[in-house]
Amino acid sequence: MTAFPELSIAAAGKGLEAGDFTAEELTRACIEALESGRDLNAFITETPDIALDRAKASDARRADGRAAGPMDGIPIAIKDLFCTEGVLTTAGSHILDGFTPAYESTVSANLKDSGAVMLGKTNLDEFAMGSANVTSYYGPVKNPWKGPGGKDLVPGGSSGGSAAAVAGGLCPGAIGTDTGGSIRQPASFCGIVGMKPTYGRCSRWGIVAFASSLDQAGPLTRTVEDAAIMLGAMAGHDAKDSTSAPIDVADFSAGLGEGVKGMKVGIPKEYTLDGMPAEVEALWRQGMDWLKGQGAECIDVSLPHTKYALPAYYIVAPAEASSNLARYDGVRYGLRVEGSTLDDMYEATRGEGFGDEVRRRVLIGTYVLSAGYYDAYYRQAQKVRTLIARDFTEAFEQVDVLLTPTAPSAAFAIGEKMDDPVAMYLNDVFTVPASMAGLPAISVPAGLDGDGLPLGLHLIAKPFDEVTLFRAASALEQAAGFDAKPGARPSTPQGGAS
Amino acid sequence: MSLDKDTIRKIAFLARIRVPEDALDGLAGELSDIIGWVEQLNEVDTEGVEPMTSVADMDWPRRDDEITDGGRAQDILANATDPEPAPGGEDGNGGGFFTVPKVVE
Repeated sequence: MTAFPELSIAAAGKGLEAGDFTAEELTRACIEALESGRDLNAFITETPDIALDRAKASDARRADGRAAGPMDGIPIAIKDLFCTEGVLTTAGSHILDGFTPAYESTVSANLKDSGAVMLGKTNLDEFAMGSANVTSYYGPVKNPWKGPGGKDLVPGGSSGGSAAAVAGGLCPGAIGTDTGGSIRQPASFCGIVGMKPTYGRCSRWGIVAFASSLDQAGPLTRTVEDAAIMLGAMAGHDAKDSTSAPIDVADFSAGLGEGVKGMKVGIPKEYTLDGMPAEVEALWRQGMDWLKGQGAECIDVSLPHTKYALPAYYIVAPAEASSNLARYDGVRYGLRVEGSTLDDMYEATRGEGFGDEVRRRVLIGTYVLSAGYYDAYYRQAQKVRTLIARDFTEAFEQVDVLLTPTAPSAAFAIGEKMDDPVAMYLNDVFTVPASMAGLPAISVPAGLDGDGLPLGLHLIAKPFDEVTLFRAASALEQAAGFDAKPGARPSTPQGGAS
Repeated sequence: MSLDKDTIRKIAFLARIRVPEDALDGLAGELSDIIGWVEQLNEVDTEGVEPMTSVADMDWPRRDDEITDGGRAQDILANATDPEPAPGGEDGNGGGFFTVPKVVE
């Protein structure tokens, strides 16, 4: 039998329902896996006592015939950007030292109500700003996949701890947040599924804010079906978030296994980049063939403003971050560095509390919002954002989903791209446009590169059409048949690398 | 546009982040690179285009103007450095303060 923490959520749910094992047994196995996987540095805080309490409560509910649904008794990890009542919440930052919220984020509360068992809080880039999980105050996370010669690789970011925990077999699922690719890119780097719902699908209440017009919570899992199950337990309207959509939660699993016969799949020509590795391009072509082989029609489309999405993002996101992060002033929570005056205390606290990347982005945001530059930078970026969203609206008049690569490369070594911020930003070149337009998107593990490292394919759908997104993703998943595991790499590459 | 040391010093003050003098040059270089790179947006013709204010195509919800929460002074002070506790404290409504360096002479 598959080791407990290696089970899919769907399989674990069936086992619990059939009485093959208890939530407590499943949870104990995950707690042991967490302990033996500490070398990955995937968790900032482990919460074994809370996990066991919730697992026992789940078993008691089930014994009473009151099991809450498919997530009841399933152990999961929570990105340390979600506020959790009574449990340290750090956002990966020194400036939130010791912060213990008195409240629970809506998404983690929804999961708790669905019976999911919290194993702990996962590591992340500081305030979710990064694409390699190297900016955390709590140290870098290691990808369970190793590079040539056993070299340690980044898991991607910012939800790097969540992705490493799922890929490393520590737990069957985790939640992350995605502002410009922070769920999908680490999922691609770690060989798992990562999904960002439509903006407004999940409440942002209680999530430490980075860029409020872009941030969305989503699941990281091993299968597409699991992502659909988990999103069902996370989503829903919340009056506490005015941007939360007043739309009923769909049955996200409704289209799974229905295939893609007759589906129109758009291939945006602007996603072919100069210098893109041949393996990434080959896998993309393979993805088109897989979908065509199942009866879908691939149609060339144009999203003319694609190349401007990333630079526009690097104005909009830092601008919002500079405003959101103004609250960390040493007064109400977290770190305080004493100063002789109030300004002195603010400056000392923020100077010491923020890491290099956060400082860079807050300064960029402050600059582009400052008098004399607002129109030239911020307003222009918001206009470009309108054009990016319009491109997608027009493309979706012709097609049901779009297929692209998730990331321009496989995982790279810890320490690479550290001295060149713009090179690091380019990791998100394929994921950012959908973020700028608020669209649902998913990364599905699809092949291995020449070094035996996972590569993902990326699907984007219309607003609130997650059902079609999951349907196409499950067809892609089935065709790719990705079953490679970290540490057990075959000597010959598979999939698109051929 | 290239950002010089004085500009960095000024925006660091606006952002209330202390930047050591010896870090200013490095930051000026990095921020100039980033700003130089985002300036490609100037190529885009945005004549007559409305700036996006929300990706969500929805009406902003309204709610009744009524008090729905409160009386949580203890919770709110729980994470503060050196707070002045609420007198009597138990009901959480008795006051209590954050403390900061003296601002009025």
